[in-house]
Amino acid sequence: MSAAASNGGRGRRGNRPSRTIRAYGEPMLWLTGGGLATALLMIVGLLALVVYQGTGTFWPTAVVKYELETGNSVMGEVARQERFQPAASVFEALPEDQRGRALSSVASQGGYSLRRMLRTGNFELTGEHFKWVSDFEIKAETLPDWALVFERRRQGRFYGEPLAFLVGGSAVAETPEDVWKKIRDTEGEVRARWKERRGLETDDIGAVNLRLEEARLRQHGAEVAYGLGSPQAAIAAAAFAEVESVATAEFDGIRARIQALDEQNASFQILVRTAAGQSIKLALADIVRVYPANRLGLAGKVAVYLSRWAEFVSDEPREANSEGGVFPAIFGTVVMTLLMSLLVTPFGVLAALYLREYARGGVVVSTVRIAINNLAGVPSIVFGVFGLGFFCYIIGANVDQLFYASKLPTPTFGTGGILWAALTLALLTLPVVIVATEEALAAVPGSMREGSYACGASKWQTIRRIVLPRAMPGIMTGMILAIARGAGEVAPLMLVGAVKLAPNLPLDSTAPYFHAERSFMHLGFHIYDLGFQSQNSEAAKPMVFTTTLLLIAIIATLNLTAVWLRGRLRRRFMTSQF
Amino acid sequence: MATAHANMLSNGRGMMSDAATGKTSADAAVPASRSAADSLAAAARGERVATETHLALAAEEAAVEIDDFCLWYGASQALYDVSMVIPRGKVTALIGPSGCGKSTLLRSVNRLNDLVEGVRISGDMKLSGASIYDSSIDVIELRKRMGMVFQKPNPFPMSIYENVVYPLRIDGERDRRVLDEVCERSLRGAALWDEAKDRLTTSALGLSGGQQQRLCIARAIAADPEVLLMDEPCSALDPIATGRIEDLIEELKGEYTILIVTHNMQQASRTSDFTAFMYLGSLIEYGGTYEMFSRPHLKATEAYVSGRFG
Ligand SMILES: Nc1ncnc2c1ncn2[C@@H]1O[C@H](COP(=O)(O)OP(=O)(O)OP(=O)(O)O)[C@@H](O)[C@H]1O
Ligand SMILES: [Mg+2]
Repeated sequence: MSAAASNGGRGRRGNRPSRTIRAYGEPMLWLTGGGLATALLMIVGLLALVVYQGTGTFWPTAVVKYELETGNSVMGEVARQERFQPAASVFEALPEDQRGRALSSVASQGGYSLRRMLRTGNFELTGEHFKWVSDFEIKAETLPDWALVFERRRQGRFYGEPLAFLVGGSAVAETPEDVWKKIRDTEGEVRARWKERRGLETDDIGAVNLRLEEARLRQHGAEVAYGLGSPQAAIAAAAFAEVESVATAEFDGIRARIQALDEQNASFQILVRTAAGQSIKLALADIVRVYPANRLGLAGKVAVYLSRWAEFVSDEPREANSEGGVFPAIFGTVVMTLLMSLLVTPFGVLAALYLREYARGGVVVSTVRIAINNLAGVPSIVFGVFGLGFFCYIIGANVDQLFYASKLPTPTFGTGGILWAALTLALLTLPVVIVATEEALAAVPGSMREGSYACGASKWQTIRRIVLPRAMPGIMTGMILAIARGAGEVAPLMLVGAVKLAPNLPLDSTAPYFHAERSFMHLGFHIYDLGFQSQNSEAAKPMVFTTTLLLIAIIATLNLTAVWLRGRLRRRFMTSQF
Repeated sequence: MATAHANMLSNGRGMMSDAATGKTSADAAVPASRSAADSLAAAARGERVATETHLALAAEEAAVEIDDFCLWYGASQALYDVSMVIPRGKVTALIGPSGCGKSTLLRSVNRLNDLVEGVRISGDMKLSGASIYDSSIDVIELRKRMGMVFQKPNPFPMSIYENVVYPLRIDGERDRRVLDEVCERSLRGAALWDEAKDRLTTSALGLSGGQQQRLCIARAIAADPEVLLMDEPCSALDPIATGRIEDLIEELKGEYTILIVTHNMQQASRTSDFTAFMYLGSLIEYGGTYEMFSRPHLKATEAYVSGRFG
């Protein structure tokens, strides 16, 4: 206060002007705020990139036809374009008469040229899906009015202009309008027949196969149990022969029906002219989707866009996963994640209950706690290796020995499967659940426990009726974190059951409905597979982003569901105190 | 059970002051000779302080007997040789400055201190003649014979109804009629029925503080305990809620043996039949409430109840 006196009655601090730069631009404020802003920017940037790239993939673009200086024509959709500096060798490769013009056009642009990646499709004709087209190569650019985009079950896309619609080899429509109308009229019935055929091929033949396989296993089992020449084995062999003869007859019946459907479908064809001038017949049954790209209005484009999304989320993959849908992967991801949550939550909660409620504090408990916390930092691939070594090779192999001996040496549980994958991820996320649950248990007020004890409740009654319900939202938080961590994990899954293409879903209509031993598809692994293992990498690239977008959306949905559930629990248990 | 052993004297508000005043002539012979400084300083030094127990208590039937009870939290002693008799069917108030061990003593009666790590005791307590601290005693059964109300309301995170019938639920009672009946009787007993009867299924945490405390009282009396332990039940409440709870204690008196901790001298004098004054873990003086407030034997007690220290 001596300073105050010398300052004429005002305090040392009061003397300063109250608005200083330091008051507003406090360094720590900027530092911390800046840190937060950077973190937010990175997250928002990441999401924006994925959303931008992922949502654009299915939007139908115009089909462009380029007449090249060489006299050839190419047609397709522009996937992307870029400016580049053509090397001298590019011009030397050109014929004499074009070289001059090409050089002058590039020179006029300062040595640069624009080139676009054209999705030309027609793989069976050209041997490539994409082609670079540079400005100086182009003589003319047109948007052919009736260019059709065909998405096919095999060989990718096809671009061409319709010439005729053929039924049984003879043309019934010759103008593009009529052909288009015919396509619209018939594609429904053709697709229905194709679906029926696929049903016969997978479900019906599969059912017969299953019966045959069971009979074979019974025979094999009898041989193993009673010896090769024993009467029991002979009976089983006779039974197998009977089943086999029935099955053969059924197979023949199904094959005949398939053939009939194929023949009906084969009569519908479209005659198409490619940009190069070739006339090609396309079977209508092979086509998933066809649309006149340059005639689509906004509504038409939206319709194509939505139908592609619908196919993406509900259909099976085609063409080594780079086309078609990802339904099996979505299904596998969701089922595996839910299974993992179901496995990890009880274990985590029990462990946390012991640590927090029963164990007496001490060196051992502290050590266990530190170990659990550190477990959260172990690289996930380590868990994958453990899962493979322990679950698949030790537990799985023993289960096979005990229950599936007749199938050996083909492993049933002795290899990767959805159960082992879920268990591995449960182990991976266990620390998260334990830590969150412990915190939730610790946050239950001691007064509530005392109130319960004072009523004469035992320890377990107190835990079950008071502590656990009250801690439930916190436990749910742990589960949410576990889901977030587990659903996006890929590395360990590659070792314990995620595959590129799973023949069957882990959940289906044949007993026992849930097949814990089956391998499964997973969106995360699907992304990896698309991005790095795909043959047609240019076509797969946009799918990588779309699949990523889908994965993020699914994890967000799972999380939001859990958050919503937690919110409901919170409202039930945590109304304001006064 | 408490009702079965209905107190043998009279039953009502006036009775206690009669009992207390009836003895005054006998007690008057004992002069308030020791000075306030004497006994308090002795207690502060950790010496054993003889409790000044009024003769009025000798005529009472004991619900709880406390014999030479000492308690340590780890190395520090919180109770020093407390001996007292808590009369059946009466209200006994524990008063004393903060930290003197009132809550500790109260929580020792239903062995809630067992939950605190590092607690050691010596001496004994008896509930209706049977030892509370005997190693063969089932603590859970023991606690079921007592109800407890805490300083801060601590309703459970469940509906009002479930809160009240909680003691029956943990006994496995399933009969809806029994539960309904107990719920209504307890809520009426705690003067909460009218406010709560239309929202029994809503969360108890939505009640006001005073309502929550009355709910806790309803819970404490739901299982018909012999002894009701109340640790400053009104400290978090406004005067109106406090008044209701005091009325409630007044009504429960006779039916239950009540041991209540309070910092409020008026409350102690209004509601209790007997008053015990504690200081630094020792029981200094114990007698009829009227005596304790009007003619205490010790100067220390007089100083405390008249608000001159503590
Ligand atoms: N759990 C505990 N661990 C260690 N010491 C404790 C514990 N609880 C109470 N004590 C100590 O025991 C002594 C008595 O505490 P107690 O809570 O019984 O006092 P009180 O008379 O109820 O006080 P108040 O009127 O403030 O509630 C105090 O010195 C306190 O610090
Ligand atoms: Mg206290």
